[in-house]
Amino acid sequence: MSGRPAVVVDGVSKSFRLYHERNGSLKAALMRGGRAEYEEFPALTDVSLEIPQGSTFGLMGDNGSGKSTLLKCIANILRPDTGTILTAGKLAALLELGSGFHPELSGRENIFLNGSILGLSRGQLRARFDDIVEFAGVETFIDQPVKNYSSGMYVRLGFSIAINVDPDVLLVDEVLAVGDQAFQDKCAAKFAEFKRNGKTVVLVSHALGSMRQMCDEVAWLDAGKLVEVGPPGPIIDRYVDDGHHAEESQDGSRRWGTGEVLISDVDIVDASGEPTTLLHTGQEATIRLRYQTQQRVQDPVFGLTVWTRDGTEVWAQHTHDAQENFPDLDGAGEVTFHIPRLMLLPGAYDLSAAVVDRSLSHYYDFRRYCHPFHMAAGPEKDRDTGGIVRLGGSWQMAPSDVPVVAGG
Amino acid sequence: MTQIVDPGLELGTSDVDRDLPELALTAVRRPSLWSSRELIINLTRREVAGKYKRTVLGHVWSLLNPLATMLVYALVFAVILKQDPDRGNPSGLHNYALYLMCGLLPWSFFSNGVTSGMFALIGNSNLVQKVYFRRDVLVSAQVFSLLVTFLFEMLVLVIALLAFGGMPLPWVPLALLVIVLLTFLGLGFALLLSVANVYFRDTQHFINIAFQLWFYLTPIIYPLSRVQDKLRADHLFGMSLYDIYELNPLTRFIQVLRNLLYDNRFPAWSDVTYCVGATAVALIVGGLVFNRFEGRLAEEL
Repeated sequence: MSGRPAVVVDGVSKSFRLYHERNGSLKAALMRGGRAEYEEFPALTDVSLEIPQGSTFGLMGDNGSGKSTLLKCIANILRPDTGTILTAGKLAALLELGSGFHPELSGRENIFLNGSILGLSRGQLRARFDDIVEFAGVETFIDQPVKNYSSGMYVRLGFSIAINVDPDVLLVDEVLAVGDQAFQDKCAAKFAEFKRNGKTVVLVSHALGSMRQMCDEVAWLDAGKLVEVGPPGPIIDRYVDDGHHAEESQDGSRRWGTGEVLISDVDIVDASGEPTTLLHTGQEATIRLRYQTQQRVQDPVFGLTVWTRDGTEVWAQHTHDAQENFPDLDGAGEVTFHIPRLMLLPGAYDLSAAVVDRSLSHYYDFRRYCHPFHMAAGPEKDRDTGGIVRLGGSWQMAPSDVPVVAGG
Repeated sequence: MTQIVDPGLELGTSDVDRDLPELALTAVRRPSLWSSRELIINLTRREVAGKYKRTVLGHVWSLLNPLATMLVYALVFAVILKQDPDRGNPSGLHNYALYLMCGLLPWSFFSNGVTSGMFALIGNSNLVQKVYFRRDVLVSAQVFSLLVTFLFEMLVLVIALLAFGGMPLPWVPLALLVIVLLTFLGLGFALLLSVANVYFRDTQHFINIAFQLWFYLTPIIYPLSRVQDKLRADHLFGMSLYDIYELNPLTRFIQVLRNLLYDNRFPAWSDVTYCVGATAVALIVGGLVFNRFEGRLAEEL
């Protein structure tokens, strides 16, 4: 990532006209003296942000928050009422795949048609034709009319054409989840290649998990206004908290839930039974949750997540997946999770804890980042070079005149 | 230490340690018409290729349709109503069907071009809302795709004129220039109406009626000489009705094309000038209105 911006959005506002009478008839317009009655609906209000070149930038927010409108403004599909948008280099938008395909025309004809809509010349298309077809995996159907394509083939071909436009800035709206797993892997690799080549990706998504993973920065929009821009971890957390109307608990962590049962204490205890915030790799540890019910709670499910301090999810499990069925809760008690050997590498970590109902969707209590702790190196002599977890493997080497046994 | 990273896993990292290309920040501009030329060609091709897909006769239909219309009009006007066409001067042709087609084919091209161009934005709304490109290429492609069909029809007409003893060949290059003008006249109208139709869907119904009236106000099924004298006698707003009648650019275009192809002589300079002027006005007005409203199309559709 460089300091140079790829997209500069400066003071952009955009409102839509909500007509009182759906798309005016001439008669109605004439009777009103040429002006249809409408209300201005502000979709974006004074949004300013810079998207650095070479970064993957996420736009997030609730439905109707204006993120897609902003993306369309950057793509020049919508024209902002005020403010300016500058972009560096060639722009391509993946807002809908295969829009503009003619169903009666063959895949081949549609590649040339769609490619030229996206701004490719005939020569460029001819040069990239094989790549496009191969990437989409539609070799055998390329001379069939696209109306005979499966919906998967249709979007794959659309994606393949769009990605082969080879833009400097790629705008993506919720279209990552196309195709089967193999195709999604191909897409992810293509995005990675993009990034390595210093291209900028701007994406709109509700998939917060993948946003956290993919984005270098995110912008949070709410009701057309920019709430904040920055690294994804903390902003996504605050966004999720906001959506759950989370409150601050005494120790400064965030929590939300309906409160029939509350997690009053979260601790990690070492082998000697002492609570601690410093553990060593390979050491035995137990995570202990204390709860207090306000009323009887049936079929409770407890869950734990371990995070690195920069927001990567290391591990998570809830008792439902662990095949544990706890009895109904009434009063106060303790739930423990025992780890015989905690294989996290040295670094800063944090815990989230939750108690939910059996549907896993109703939160009684959720406590995010409620127990920061550190890992230090264990007693072993061999060190791990990088990463988050210790795999505890060992290296071996077979001299070359001895046949190598596969899997040995 | 060399880091070997699987491409699929590198998404989370932000240290792209290579020189990025220097790219200047600019506002997205409307691509020039020149750079959109391939798009226009491809969209035109899509219209031409898509029109008769899955029909047994295919593109033969584009010739059968005007032929059928010709038979209907020839039956009604030449056989039943005993309409007598002007004798071609100096070609000497005296054939109602050929006389009719010299006016009917350009008229159909114009009216179909305007009507289908008028629907170009509405019919491609999904494209307009999802991809950025010059929006006028959609309208142009509709008009140009009909031009392709029209040129085939005119080719057949020229052959028929030759077969009946006319000598249109020396005038074909000039006729082609007039056809180019007619295409841009239609494009100007289509640009204007396509935008109007997005804002007021009444436009399409209004235009259907207007075109019916326009058809009969143009000397297509009857010769201009038939109405000339009668209209000269009546006056409205200080002009003779004939002067008003002649304001219709299609009257001029059809006169010019008939002079060239049916009569085989050079048309009146006044008519040619009027054609050029009307085309320029239509294209400029249509283009300006289109540019003015192009920016809001995606949200108004």
